[in-house]
Amino acid sequence: MSVKFLEDHLPKLMLAPSFIAMLIFVYGFIGWTAWVSLTRSRLLPKYELDGIIQYERLFASLRWDTAFSNLFIFGGLFIVIAMILGLILAIFLDQNIRSEGAIRTIYLYPMALSMIVTGTAWKWILNPGLGLEAMVRGWGFENFTFDWLVNPDMAIYTVVLAAIWQSSGFVMALFLAGLRSVDGEIIKAAQIDGIPNWRIYSAIIIPSMAPIFLSAFIVLAHLAIKSFDLVIALTGGGPGFSTDLPATYMFAMAFSRGDIGQAASSAMVMMGVVFAIVVPYLYSELRVKND
Amino acid sequence: MTDAVYSNTGVRSQMTRIALRWLLYILLFAFALFYLAPLFVMVTTSLKSLEEIRTGDLIALPRDVTFDAWRTAWASACTGIQCEGVRPYFWNSVLIAVPAVMISTLVGAINGYVVAQWRFPGANIFFALMLFGCFIPFQVVLLPMARMLGLMGIAGTIPGLIFVHVIYGLGFTTLFFRNYYVTIPAELTKAAKVDGAGFFRIFWSIFLPLSLPIIVVTVIWQFTQIWNDFLFGVSFSQAGTQPITVALNNIVNSTTGVKEYNVDMAAAIIAGLPTLLVYVVAGKYFIRGLTAGSVKG
Repeated sequence: MSVKFLEDHLPKLMLAPSFIAMLIFVYGFIGWTAWVSLTRSRLLPKYELDGIIQYERLFASLRWDTAFSNLFIFGGLFIVIAMILGLILAIFLDQNIRSEGAIRTIYLYPMALSMIVTGTAWKWILNPGLGLEAMVRGWGFENFTFDWLVNPDMAIYTVVLAAIWQSSGFVMALFLAGLRSVDGEIIKAAQIDGIPNWRIYSAIIIPSMAPIFLSAFIVLAHLAIKSFDLVIALTGGGPGFSTDLPATYMFAMAFSRGDIGQAASSAMVMMGVVFAIVVPYLYSELRVKND
Repeated sequence: MTDAVYSNTGVRSQMTRIALRWLLYILLFAFALFYLAPLFVMVTTSLKSLEEIRTGDLIALPRDVTFDAWRTAWASACTGIQCEGVRPYFWNSVLIAVPAVMISTLVGAINGYVVAQWRFPGANIFFALMLFGCFIPFQVVLLPMARMLGLMGIAGTIPGLIFVHVIYGLGFTTLFFRNYYVTIPAELTKAAKVDGAGFFRIFWSIFLPLSLPIIVVTVIWQFTQIWNDFLFGVSFSQAGTQPITVALNNIVNSTTGVKEYNVDMAAAIIAGLPTLLVYVVAGKYFIRGLTAGSVKG
């Protein structure tokens, strides 16, 4: 009897530890953070609910204001440019290029690096004193200025630059796989009809890659929201708070400001942004699978 | 006459084709330079003396190659008050990554096997919940996890970090194996069951031998994720248990003494080397993991 029971339920039993872990460490923890975001917690968590006071504080905070709008500046530019660049590179590489493999390897390797490494490298290259600016000045262009890294109005764009450097090769790989999966017969037929190459791409191939655009968008949006390491390594959120993102704001509140209520509410807002992007995607993906 | 005109346009279109081809290769080459330049600058900077860095050009080759910066980065650079280089932190990362990768891959394999081949009511819901867990911004679990690790008595320890990486790696490892095992016909499991093979027997002698490619993909994905992690490392470690990414950031931002850019670059290369090596050796699987991790449920 008990052996039979064990045999019947073994698969479920094997899944149980992961299931419980997930309920606690993902959903339970989200619940905890959501709860605490509705309290007056400061240095230590309190559990008496007190309405949306933390969210009011959050959206009244200038620092959060910068961090939140940076997310859209950074995220928007990063996603759009990485997608365009990735698509262009993929189309270029799709033209029977000699040593395509080697070129692909070069374009994609930054994706293997930690964002801390990427940030460290770009911080050195972009530092005005000894980096790019000093180099061009050394060539005789005495008035050349490239001080984005230390310029509060421009520093966020250095984060965009480094993030694109890191991720555009990956978008290229996604798109290249997509280009290769388009039905060759249709393309051949179009070529025989004398349709120029650019029309074949713009009217046939690219429209058929819509799902890949969607996944590339999801991945990049997800990367953008999670970008924490890159900002820490490249600018440390500075100058001032000019390159803060929600992720760095949350971290500062949680671990250096001792303001758990703010940390929790900012984390919940991040969660909301991810939710708004990912849930419709996952829903459509899973539904298609089940049909 | 007409022939001449035809051949003339023929030559011209031939010429534009060749010119376009050249332009294409030049552009591809320019982009290759864009991607390689930071690596080139890192390597050359790490081989220069500080003197040469101050007087020389960012992209100039080192005049006198010196490995001093590498020695300092490895064994004596300061991460705050301690000056032992990145060596101890490199080993911390190894000690964190190796068990975390092994455990999360194994558990993911069994989870994927159950979800794909032993379907039961609720398996899909389990999978959907798990999948969503892949996408949460980890900031939302940082605070409760810090408390939980404290309650478990493993706050600030390497086992604590292993635990965290296993928990939040399971979503992806389950996803990888589930998607792989779903393509194996269910009849295989059914036939084996008829022959009297049990849950583990089927896994061990049928599924595992078929799994080498997906194991490689998963191990590479997990290793890259965990080695490159900074958020968990900086949140849940303390002096002495920090992973290399945290140590690197500390070295770069340490304010004691002269800023040694060559040491920063050497430390950055050391921190990036293991995953770079994996990429060079097994790039195909690395890309497959990236695309599998990003597309489809």
